[in-house]
Amino acid sequence: MADNKLYCVSALFDTPDKIINAAKKTTESGYKKFDVNTPYPVHGMDKAMGLGQSKIGYVTLFFGLSGAAFIFLFMWWTFASSYNLVVGGKPFLSAPAFIPITFETTVLFAAISTVVGMIAVYFKLPDNNNPIHDTDYMKAVSGDKYGLFIEADDELFDKDKVTEFLKSLGAYKVSDIYFPEKETYKMFAPGFLFFLAVVGIITNAATYITLNKLMYLTPYDWMEFQDKLTAQEGSNIFADGEGMRVPVEGTVARGEIPYPYSSPTDTTEALTNPTIPTKEVLDLGKRKFLTFCSPCHGNFAEGESRLHQQFPTGPTLVKSKIINYPDGRIYHIITTGQNVMPSYARQITREERWAIIDYIRVLQRAQNASKADLDLVKKESSSNVAK
Amino acid sequence: MSPNDSVYIKKNLPDNISKIGGILLVIGLVLGIAAFFVDSYRASFAYLVSFIFFLSIVVGSLFLVALEYAANADWSTPFRRVSEFLAAGLPLLLIFTIPLLFNTSSLFQWSHADFVNSDKMLQAKSAYLNTPFFMVRVFVIIIIWIFFYFLIIRNSRKQDETGNQALTKRNITLSVIFIPIFAITITLVAVDWIMSLESKWFSTIFGVYLFAGVAWSSLAALTLTSIKLKEKGFLHPAVKEDHYYSLGTLMFAFTAFWGYIAFSQYMLIWYGNLPEETFWFMQRWAGGWKIVSVLLIVTHFIVPFFYLISYEAKTNPKKLKFISIWILCVHLLDIYWLIMPSMSRNDHAYSFSWIDFVFPLIFIGVIMIVFKKVSEKINLVPVRDPKLERGLNFHL
Repeated sequence: MADNKLYCVSALFDTPDKIINAAKKTTESGYKKFDVNTPYPVHGMDKAMGLGQSKIGYVTLFFGLSGAAFIFLFMWWTFASSYNLVVGGKPFLSAPAFIPITFETTVLFAAISTVVGMIAVYFKLPDNNNPIHDTDYMKAVSGDKYGLFIEADDELFDKDKVTEFLKSLGAYKVSDIYFPEKETYKMFAPGFLFFLAVVGIITNAATYITLNKLMYLTPYDWMEFQDKLTAQEGSNIFADGEGMRVPVEGTVARGEIPYPYSSPTDTTEALTNPTIPTKEVLDLGKRKFLTFCSPCHGNFAEGESRLHQQFPTGPTLVKSKIINYPDGRIYHIITTGQNVMPSYARQITREERWAIIDYIRVLQRAQNASKADLDLVKKESSSNVAK
Repeated sequence: MSPNDSVYIKKNLPDNISKIGGILLVIGLVLGIAAFFVDSYRASFAYLVSFIFFLSIVVGSLFLVALEYAANADWSTPFRRVSEFLAAGLPLLLIFTIPLLFNTSSLFQWSHADFVNSDKMLQAKSAYLNTPFFMVRVFVIIIIWIFFYFLIIRNSRKQDETGNQALTKRNITLSVIFIPIFAITITLVAVDWIMSLESKWFSTIFGVYLFAGVAWSSLAALTLTSIKLKEKGFLHPAVKEDHYYSLGTLMFAFTAFWGYIAFSQYMLIWYGNLPEETFWFMQRWAGGWKIVSVLLIVTHFIVPFFYLISYEAKTNPKKLKFISIWILCVHLLDIYWLIMPSMSRNDHAYSFSWIDFVFPLIFIGVIMIVFKKVSEKINLVPVRDPKLERGLNFHL
């Protein structure tokens, strides 16, 4: 150790009064590069050491205000600028809602910058190798003693004089602290890198095997797996090995009446429209027509639909041929399908089919309206206005 | 330091204090009585504003005394007596309440039986908001405060003669009992006197809101009085900037605390957006009140916050004196803002009147006269308090 350069002469004191006195005397003697270490903040130390106002407050202020500005702009950007988000019906830029977060971020930035700033200044980061670390002096002042050291590069420094001076202040122990030997770091030595790689592989493998093989538990699967049979699934309960079953022959579903007719001509006499075209019936018919028929036949049954020739276009329903069809025939076509048109028996109930036919009749009359019809409409609408 | 500098020598305060106080009191009384004859409705509201201001300072000062004992603080011991003297007007609350109790029908809608009977909500509240129970609460609370005031002050004064250290211990016990009682009673005062002016409005943080202002203004009163007394040489000569710094820090802390509480109250109501709560703020955002509301944010929070943030301002007696006067004025404005919009209720037409400004004179005069009167017999520094020495040696 004796070969190393002297860093400082340190002294340990027993009581806070002594350390205050020592700091005062050291300042009065003109030493500049000295510092005091105490286990807790001793009141009056700043004045005794002749320290001015700490500058750390400006760091706190600057970063506090930066934090506030940053987070407020960030919230403005995310909520009110880049992607408008309605929260609770408030304006996009609603300051009262932003203030708590602005406040917290101000505190966060201010606090972290203060701590980091102090550490950075005191330890002269990125160097973390202050010579007084790891000395008996440091151990003592981390416990119940009060320490003061005068650095060797102070202008007035003279080793013997300083030692005498510190003893005269009432130090119970005065010791020299030397710079530690320079340590060399073998960060990129091949052996170390290989060691790191092996540790990495072993850790990964062990983690993988432990978690995925030895300790595997099904995570909660939200009832994804159940014992019931799903569609298209095989089953060994039944002789044919199929999970899907055919109903017993002759079964009739509840509310379903079998449709016995196979040819449109049969129905012309057999089926008559049981509905009266009231407003409710027509509303129902319109709704179902728009749902099921309009994709091919068009919204007004004119045959020009939103499919635009990408699919065989449904014929117009407002031409005289269809107008002359009896209701029963149209009913039959809806029920069994015709040409490309499939059967709609499963999608549309019987009442709804009749209602659709009523609505088609309305469309037919509307598309081929006579002058008498228009006069009637005019008259009714004007009478409505009068009311 | 020569020995003369480090010893407290009792000097009598100048008679000017009680003279000026007396003049203020007489002017205030004459104008105040005239105000009650001119417009007793408006006068009772204006009187209530000043009454709450007076209450803030006297009971807040008692709270500061109790706080010092409970926290075993020694830095504030050299000027604890200043708070004690400021609190000396506390027993007078019994008298000052009387004009208000005669005017409850002007102040409180819930005191009208026909109004309550026509309203389901007020009927449900009438178990609490009824005139007899209100009177009981008012007097019980003031009597509790006076009780603690006399016990704590008596012990403190006795110590000047006997030097008995057990008295400090007794006062610590009393203070620890008083502080939670103070928390409850100041909340009840806030609810009874201010919140019930709008008998349908409610805010659970309202008591804390008033407390923030109470502690803030009584600290300002303490700072202002101590610095004035120190400048004229009536306080202990060893009181120095470290003490001022601590007072300034506390005022700074309570500035932030008030801002925190006031904003918490506002934000929850703003977020909830329920008409039964928001109308209170709508009243204070209508017409000219909008200016007062913005002014309150600026003067009650922003200005003192940035004013007191620097070390320099907190150690400079002149600057501290300025901000103390500022704080006292703004606290009065705060109470004015709390109470006066309820006078015109939803009638937005509101204009200032000379009546609003006469009543503070009475109470400022009373505080000055009482201060002078009490200081004649009693030391301005608790000379034999065991904590005094440490308090005087206080360093940052």
